Amino acid sequence: MLLGCACGLMGGFLLLRKRSLMGDTLSHATLPGVCLAFIIAVMLGGVGKSLPILMLGATITGVLGCAAVLYIRNHSRIKDDAAMGIVLSVFFGAGVALLTMATKMPAGAAAGLESFIYGKTASMVLTDFWLLTVVTVCVLGLSTLLFKEFRLLCFDEAYAAAQGWPVRRLDVLLLGLVTAVTVAGLQAVGLILIIAFLITPAAAARFWTDQLDRMLLLSALIGGLSGWLGASVSALIPNMPAGALIVLVAAGCFLLSMLFGLERGVVIRGYRQLELKRSVGRQHLLRALYEILEANAVSAEGIQIRAVPFRQVRGRRTWSDAQLRRYLKSAYNEGLIEVIDREGQISLTSAGLEAAAQVTRNHRLWEMYLIEYADVATSRVDRDADAVEHVLGEKMVAILESKLQSYRPVESSAVPVSPHPIHPGD
Amino acid sequence: MNAEPNLRDLKQTPLVVRDLTVAYHRKPVVWDVGLSIPEGKLVSVVGPNGAGKSTLLKACLDLIPRSSGEVLIYGEPYAKARKRVGYVPQRESVDWDFPVSALDVVAMGTYGQLGWFRRVNKRSKALAMQALDRVGLADYAHRQISQLSGGQQQRTFLARALVQDADIYFMDEPFAAVDAATERAIVELLKELQSRGKTCLVVHHDLATVPQYFDWTVFLNMRVVASGPTAEVFTPENLHKTYGGKLSLLTEAAEKIAKAR
Repeated sequence: MLLGCACGLMGGFLLLRKRSLMGDTLSHATLPGVCLAFIIAVMLGGVGKSLPILMLGATITGVLGCAAVLYIRNHSRIKDDAAMGIVLSVFFGAGVALLTMATKMPAGAAAGLESFIYGKTASMVLTDFWLLTVVTVCVLGLSTLLFKEFRLLCFDEAYAAAQGWPVRRLDVLLLGLVTAVTVAGLQAVGLILIIAFLITPAAAARFWTDQLDRMLLLSALIGGLSGWLGASVSALIPNMPAGALIVLVAAGCFLLSMLFGLERGVVIRGYRQLELKRSVGRQHLLRALYEILEANAVSAEGIQIRAVPFRQVRGRRTWSDAQLRRYLKSAYNEGLIEVIDREGQISLTSAGLEAAAQVTRNHRLWEMYLIEYADVATSRVDRDADAVEHVLGEKMVAILESKLQSYRPVESSAVPVSPHPIHPGD
Repeated sequence: MNAEPNLRDLKQTPLVVRDLTVAYHRKPVVWDVGLSIPEGKLVSVVGPNGAGKSTLLKACLDLIPRSSGEVLIYGEPYAKARKRVGYVPQRESVDWDFPVSALDVVAMGTYGQLGWFRRVNKRSKALAMQALDRVGLADYAHRQISQLSGGQQQRTFLARALVQDADIYFMDEPFAAVDAATERAIVELLKELQSRGKTCLVVHHDLATVPQYFDWTVFLNMRVVASGPTAEVFTPENLHKTYGGKLSLLTEAAEKIAKAR
């Protein structure tokens, strides 16, 4: 759980630094270190599986792997992703070869080494726990202290450098923290899955907020929760590897966030899209009705005949029958229109007429504004107004009115004449 | 400006560049550039694509290693004069989807003064707010930056440089792909900075507006073709020398050197 917090936090920075794969390279590069450390320890006659030694080995090759990536990137024309791919596979390959060697060693105690690949939380002892705690506290402390610096580094490296921050050293520190978390988490989650533990909570958190501090906090929470849930479930079911469960829980959080995230979730976006579509459709319908009435009613006092044949509405815009029917139905439910007869005569209620007048008025005000202030050709106004008027608030409309007073007097409630001819639809 | 005799003193000159050469992958991009910019000028740096305009700027700010030469800002190397310099990078250089608000970005301008470990405090937020107001974005302070238009993003970057209250500003293509309103806002801002004796070095791509906006122009095409008051150097010959015939002798020579090494 502690590890989850630390992982989530570091993952946040890693993700924003666009170095997600770096974590993967790092974790794979630790394998040869673990095996080498084991082999050397056994050869020197020590206990092969002493954790500090193994972790030291892991750290050394992990850092070597990262250094190799940076070196390849800086000194050749090979891009980041290719460099990571090369380093990752070479180190992992070497690791697997060494692992085979280690298992064949007479000491025979190498049986537990695979747990570094897939993770085995249950094999942790008290000292491991303390180690994890220390790492987590260090990571939390440092990233709180250096929050501002890391934010600047991740957002705009060149600017950070121009301001005099030691960008290279900060970057190394950030990567160092990631290494610490990775190595500490190796035994619990395993080196293949730790990348998921680093990135998934951060990616999930991104769906909920647009603020870095909140995102990191959330990411740490999700990481911690996944760690806790995954570990407990794996303790309940015998022979279930904790690493896999933890990652699955984190992935579940990610999926939920992707669907339901408040800031950028799929569902909320879809809903907003639908809302907008519906309101646009409603406004189009009302305006179409109003314009037909306007054309039909010649009388200067206003519009008296409210009935409109369905076919005429149909010809107003390029909408399908089904679409139009849907809009009509929702307008009917809102009490804006009445159906007069089966032949398709539609009529606006008084509330509907008022709403229609309002919509048309906004539309025309906006058109006039565009013509007056934005040098938009008259022929193109209609479309632009459509796009924008649906997001115009009351305040904006008031501004438009006052701005347009000088240009063409608009009475406070009257609907101005359309600035361009309306094509009657048939 | 006063007419004291030490006007030509280095300490009074915002930017002096001597024999600056910068090379990427053994290929020189900026060659033997020498410049001296007097105080309080609006300077445009113009030249064709790949002429090394951005490179020159970055080399002045120690962002990329120099092959040779030196850059003095008010008579001092950049590392010492940093506090007097404001930098506006190209807009495309960052990820605008980053989870920060416009105010957060502008507040980054105060990080240098804040120093290590100290958090963004009320004072720096107030400063950031002022700067946003100066570029006409006060209403957008709490918007996430991806929700700003391109012009507004550019103005956010400008505000971040303003917060630093520098004496010389380096701006990399601030007019690139901005709307008319933003262009006007930036020009007004430049004039205001100039009226307070600040110097602005602006990488610019629109030759048509150079005489109108800038009173000093540097023509750059790997080397400095001309540098001086716009009224004097903005001539057809200099334009031709800078832009005419992309495969000039210079480019060929550079390629030969790269191959020979």
